[in-house]
Amino acid sequence: MPQLLLELFSEEIPARMQAQAAKDLERMAREHLAAAGFLPEALKTFAGPRRLTLVAEGLPLAQADRKEELKGPRVGAPPQAMEGFLRKAGLTQDQLVERDGVYMAFIEKKGRPTPEIVAEMVEAIVRGFPWPKSMIWGTKKLRWVRPLKRILCVLDREVVPFAIEGIPSGDVTEGHRFMGPGNTFGAQPFVAKDFDEYAAGLEAHFVVLDVEERKERILEGCKTLCFARHLELVEDQGLLEEVAGLAEWPTPVLGDMDPVFLSLPPEVIRTSMRTHQKYFAVRKAGETGLAPHFITIANIQAADGGAVIAAGNAKVLSSRLSDARFFWDEDVKVGFKPWLEKLNGVTFHAKLGTMAQRVERIEALAAEIAPLVGADVAKTQEAARLAKADLASQMVGEFPELQGVMGGYYARQFGLDAEVAAAIEGHYKPQGPSDAVPTAPVSIAVALADKLDTLVGFFAIDERPTGSKDPQALRRAALGVIRLVEENSLPISLSSVLRKALEKSAESAFANVAFSLREGRSTYTFSSSSGDIESHESLSFLGSDEMWDALVARRKLAVDTALPQLLAFFADRLKVTLKDQGKRHDLVDAVFALGDDDLTRIVARVEALDGFLKTDDGKNLLAGYKRASNILKAEEKKGALLVGAPEAPTADSDAEVGLYNALRLLDKPLKEALAKEDFTGAMTQLAELRGPVDAYLDGVFVNEPEHRDNRLKTLTAVRDAMGQVADFGLIGG
Amino acid sequence: MSREKPKSFQSLILTLHNYWAEQGCVILQPHDVEVGAGTLHPATVLRALGPKPWNAAYVQPSRRPGDGRYGENPNRLQHYYQYQVILKPNPENMQDLYLGSLEAIGLDLRTHDIRFVEDDWENPTVGAWGLGWEVWCDGMEVSQYTYFQQVGGLDVSPVAGELTYGLERLAMYVFGVDNVYDLPFNDPDSPLGATTYGEVFLENERQQSEANFHGYDVAVLKQQFEQMEAQVPLMLARSYQDKALVLPAYDMVLKASHLFNLMNARGAIAVAERASYIGRIRDLCKMCASAWVEQQEAA
Repeated sequence: MPQLLLELFSEEIPARMQAQAAKDLERMAREHLAAAGFLPEALKTFAGPRRLTLVAEGLPLAQADRKEELKGPRVGAPPQAMEGFLRKAGLTQDQLVERDGVYMAFIEKKGRPTPEIVAEMVEAIVRGFPWPKSMIWGTKKLRWVRPLKRILCVLDREVVPFAIEGIPSGDVTEGHRFMGPGNTFGAQPFVAKDFDEYAAGLEAHFVVLDVEERKERILEGCKTLCFARHLELVEDQGLLEEVAGLAEWPTPVLGDMDPVFLSLPPEVIRTSMRTHQKYFAVRKAGETGLAPHFITIANIQAADGGAVIAAGNAKVLSSRLSDARFFWDEDVKVGFKPWLEKLNGVTFHAKLGTMAQRVERIEALAAEIAPLVGADVAKTQEAARLAKADLASQMVGEFPELQGVMGGYYARQFGLDAEVAAAIEGHYKPQGPSDAVPTAPVSIAVALADKLDTLVGFFAIDERPTGSKDPQALRRAALGVIRLVEENSLPISLSSVLRKALEKSAESAFANVAFSLREGRSTYTFSSSSGDIESHESLSFLGSDEMWDALVARRKLAVDTALPQLLAFFADRLKVTLKDQGKRHDLVDAVFALGDDDLTRIVARVEALDGFLKTDDGKNLLAGYKRASNILKAEEKKGALLVGAPEAPTADSDAEVGLYNALRLLDKPLKEALAKEDFTGAMTQLAELRGPVDAYLDGVFVNEPEHRDNRLKTLTAVRDAMGQVADFGLIGG
Repeated sequence: MSREKPKSFQSLILTLHNYWAEQGCVILQPHDVEVGAGTLHPATVLRALGPKPWNAAYVQPSRRPGDGRYGENPNRLQHYYQYQVILKPNPENMQDLYLGSLEAIGLDLRTHDIRFVEDDWENPTVGAWGLGWEVWCDGMEVSQYTYFQQVGGLDVSPVAGELTYGLERLAMYVFGVDNVYDLPFNDPDSPLGATTYGEVFLENERQQSEANFHGYDVAVLKQQFEQMEAQVPLMLARSYQDKALVLPAYDMVLKASHLFNLMNARGAIAVAERASYIGRIRDLCKMCASAWVEQQEAA
């Protein structure tokens, strides 16, 4: 069966866009082929620095002929309907066949030749390709990520003829920009009529087509270089992905770094290498710390073996690291105090004030959290006050990703307390699901305060994540809080810390209002934590006392509105976390419905509940709960149910007596277990209900008039008892 | 075509001039108003707009008052040269032409590692952006390569391709010099004696740095800025032979832009004001761009 080979050859495609482009090409091609009735036996796409390639195996040379049946108007329908139908079908009335009182048209559609369909497909793909950013060039109107130079398109070894804005299809492509076969220089076009010729041609012309092979080539090359020098590569997956998109013939070259720079923090050296130069760092085999070398991934096997490339890159790195050392030297001359002053001039967010104001809030909040997590209050305050100072340092100005890390280095350099330095360094953590969580109390307090201030601030000004958009990374902040609390088993009430954070945030906004009042400004834009206080024109007719009171009322309202929204946001995040750990999200709902907001307790409850529902007793008791609760719901519709504990059953029924006794016996141990936060114990207690509940529901007719009230009270008692553990009604079957 | 490898800063410039002249470019001289980058020369900003073809190359002295280091930093200058090429519409083989220019100045592409690394260029003060790359030679950025998409807030058509070479940095790399002030300005074997870049510009860097950071009177700068700003629409309202005076108006935009850079270097622009100043300059630039396009399309 024929093979289709398509290559879209362009100027250099940004590395970060290549992987997605390969996926988009595959998806679009599959959709178009499927719409034409083709199901290729295999379809694969590739993306590299200058080309997107698609190969599809097993396409027919034409579509199959198709017969279409079209249902027309009924016999005796108005003539307009018949006319319309004939126009649509392109037929005359005598070509129609009458069947069951309806006119039918039978149309034979000749299958179209595949090249026609492919030509349309390529045009549609090129014109509709979802590049994150595209451009026009020259005099063309066509958009592509960078100028599109060639289109190779062969089906069954024949060129599929078409042209898109003057770019004709063909069977010619070119290889590496500089290296040609047999040691020649410069790109040389070559013909490829199928994928085997194409792959062989590219290899001969120094292009590795498959990104996975490029990555392997890079890693293998790096390891060979390292082995010879007794070095080890500092692996970096993100960097590997990027450099694999920057070279068609990736060729690692080892260069030397002046060892004098090893006195810089290793994070600085690595960041400088990675962000500015896209180099890999290396270390001495079996040692920690970096070795004075680097590996750059060149795109060429240089005529001189890479000596010029190594020397050139070494020089560039030296000047980068000289800058870094200059920043370090300047920074240690300055120190925290001037940096903190500078933060007054740094806007955190137009509505949330300056970075200095944020620091004040974090410090106050951290001080309140400190005793809850066993941290020294004075140290916590110091760490919180200094945590953001490094943002004003030159080093962080140059390498923003080193925020926190540099603060830690500078704190130690200035001889600050080790716990304080660690808290400064770690207060942004955890930054992702795989990032480590701080465990030292001072670090925990500052890390929590940092994230809580972010969350309440942006919630109050209504900048919340929507769909896939989360520009302030609030989900990550909430997840950070959850992990800090959970992994350190902190006994913290979420609502009380959130309320504290909201109040700090509101106070900070208030300071601005007060300032504006003092300045006598009639209108002010200020950092508001409370969302709806933004324009005070509506208040300006009031005297300042009344205005103040109105603000106080609004502030309270804002805190009261934001709090439940934040709790719901946390519940969602916790659900996602627990789901990632394999827990059911409905269990989280069932536990959250109790109104408890101690994350550690919630997680323990969910875990106990999860375990319980996996047992036979658990499953059956849940089923019993649902039956009981359905009966209660049906009866509630007839009128409010009586409240109160059930009385001892008067009817002579083992099932009734059994459940009555079981409920009485359950009460005390269940409450005790819950009080001790022994949720597994509470579940064990609940399991005792399973047999009696089953027997009761199977053997007792609730709606017997003389016993109805008491029996409904019994079922209510079952629901209430279970409800102390979780809202079983929210758990899916 | 065999060329002798340039031996000095000035012969590097002359080599580029020759190379681009051979490709058919008009070789221009610098614009005589202070600018922050070669792009701002009207030969690029204005000529990139409108339907007419335009191919030019020139050196543009560029001033970045805030980058001054009193001549003490071996890489940073408040006054330096950019080599600027604009090709409109960009030819199909523009990348090859560019690589040819690197070979012309003596870079052997068999031994150097040349890479096109994504870098989307943007200049908010003139409302311009484009897609392209920084070009790396052995890990060093030697040029900026851009396909303009918008200038003065207007879509371009046809597209101009722009090349910017940072001449000092490129020369330091080609000549293996670590300190810009050590660059040979003329041929080191010149019968009239060798002159270094430092001999030409070091004192200028010292004095201008002091002026940029401490010398200029902020109140005067601000006043001049506002005067220039007010003059632009007035100048555009005048016309000669039915054409609004775009070219003089644009010079005033450039002056306003430079005055802004000076105020910025003096630390006279608060963070919150910055965006608003840039917006004001952009608005002026847009006025000029629209008037220019109108004239180009009418002609």
